[in-house]
Amino acid sequence: MEQILSAALFVLLYGVSYGLVLFIIAIGLVITMGLMQIVNLAHGAFAAIGGYIAVSLMNAAGMPYLATLCAAVVVVVLLSFVLERLIYVRLYGASHLDQILMTLGVNFIVIGAITILFGPNVYPVRLPGFLQGSVDLGLRRFEVYRIFVICLGLAVVVCLWALFERTSFGAKLRAAVDNRSIAQVIGIDVDRLFLLAFGIGSGLAALGGAVGAAMLPLEPYYPMKYLMLVLVVVALSGYGNIRASLGVAIIVGLIDTAGRLLVPAFGGFAIYLLLILLTVWRPDGLFAGRAS
Amino acid sequence: MTLVVESSKALVQYRFSTCELIPFAVAIAFYYALPDYLPLGTAICVTAIFALSLDLVIGYAGIVTLGHSVFFGIGAYSAALLSRNGWGEPVSTVIAGAAVSAFFALLSGPLLLRLRGLPLIMVTLGVASVVSEAANKLSWLTGGNDGLPGLTFDPVFKMFTWSIDGKTAYLYALAWLLVVLIVARTVVSSSFGVALQGIRQNELRMRLIGAPVLSQLVAIYALSAGVAGVAGALYAQSNGFVGLEALSVDQGVFALAMIVLGGIGRLHGAIVGAAVYMVVQYAAQQWDPYYWMLAIGVMLVLVVRFSKGGILGALDELSAGLKRRLESHL
Repeated sequence: MEQILSAALFVLLYGVSYGLVLFIIAIGLVITMGLMQIVNLAHGAFAAIGGYIAVSLMNAAGMPYLATLCAAVVVVVLLSFVLERLIYVRLYGASHLDQILMTLGVNFIVIGAITILFGPNVYPVRLPGFLQGSVDLGLRRFEVYRIFVICLGLAVVVCLWALFERTSFGAKLRAAVDNRSIAQVIGIDVDRLFLLAFGIGSGLAALGGAVGAAMLPLEPYYPMKYLMLVLVVVALSGYGNIRASLGVAIIVGLIDTAGRLLVPAFGGFAIYLLLILLTVWRPDGLFAGRAS
Repeated sequence: MTLVVESSKALVQYRFSTCELIPFAVAIAFYYALPDYLPLGTAICVTAIFALSLDLVIGYAGIVTLGHSVFFGIGAYSAALLSRNGWGEPVSTVIAGAAVSAFFALLSGPLLLRLRGLPLIMVTLGVASVVSEAANKLSWLTGGNDGLPGLTFDPVFKMFTWSIDGKTAYLYALAWLLVVLIVARTVVSSSFGVALQGIRQNELRMRLIGAPVLSQLVAIYALSAGVAGVAGALYAQSNGFVGLEALSVDQGVFALAMIVLGGIGRLHGAIVGAAVYMVVQYAAQQWDPYYWMLAIGVMLVLVVRFSKGGILGALDELSAGLKRRLESHL
């Protein structure tokens, strides 16, 4: 009995921390897909760039961990502003095919650049002292890192909630999602709003990539490898439903962790099979009925 | 009456033109001029067939799939397994590979092709990932990471042996490319092909005029999967080896890049795109393998940004511009 409880707690902690990292990375894509109707397959690239910046600053320049997280976010936000003006602005209203091709192109460029700069192998991460080790939570010991990730993830969730529900920026954004033309007519600068939202989403992806670097190893293929997981979250949350995406991300994290723990040989499959079945079953999202 | 005019307009571009012979003239010239590069030429033919199959579904029927690598892989593994079990006659092996691929497309099509847009893109990507993972785990069947090496096939038509210089493989793959192109042309210029384009342009209207949209989509999906299976089987035969990379999701993504590069929805674009892609890839890899991804990424962004029609589209514009200039001078 105690063993089962301990295993369940393990799945809970690892699954939730994993799910929250997925949420932090995916939320930007949820925003871009819901708001701007853009299939941004390069979203994982922002997470990868964030991760590489943070880890290389820590390894090479010896910057403190939390400062590297901030640096990664700031650099990626600035980069995303440039890319939005150069590339993404042309994709608004373009066909899905054009969007896929363009963003895959960006993906390949990032993969190539990472390989040239950091080599083809996994880029090792060394966690700072205060995140190493584990604490005893009654039934078993847990890594401090996982607990840190959960706290950070929850903080992001609260901040996002406040941003969307309690600020005029959030109100305008929701208005623009609901009806872009009317929002424009009443004087909301939708273009600027999109630019800001895109920057926030990309910055969060960078944060997720940097914080999650010890969970999702940094390698040149990162932008493609985790794209699938992020897309699962976006698809199942119903393309643009921010609240649902939190739930879906945590469910995905839990199922993936449980799958790998219970059936190690086929653990990697569980999540993909789930995606396929659920998407075929409910193409409009897991909580589609309730959301609308 | 107007409808008839429009549909005949849709068929105009499929009249035979002498320009279509150019790729094959180039291919024959290549055979005599660059005998050292025949393996690259064979790879180009195989890739072109795969790109053609993708153009059929994406360019004509508007089914945006990222999972076409599955059918290439199924064709390749079918051919390899047949050879392993003593069946080495090459042409029938290719047909068998195509049939197995088409069969799986017929099974999965009715489910997948109900989806549109983003869900379709993601489910096809998901299926491709699962299948490639599954092939890795089913090592008793697929050889897992080691693949199926040392495949041998009988001489083509019992006459042409698979020579070390790659001449047989090249001409054999080129012949298949010609066959596939003729089949694809016939299909897209038939009323079925025009109906597919109707579905791509306005599915609702096609439904309203009573077109059996789903079964037409499944039909082209299966046909395209069969063609992808041909490419896969040829890949197995020309390399004598099939590994997991035949099923890799990237195959489908790169093929998409090729048809966009050459010009989407025009069959020859797939051939030109595959050739340019493979040559650039070859050159980039000679130079430094890691610059390859960068090069293809830049190519993709530039093509989508500047020339929607790809290389052939740009040539069309160029020739139209020249013609206009000539006419104004005369």
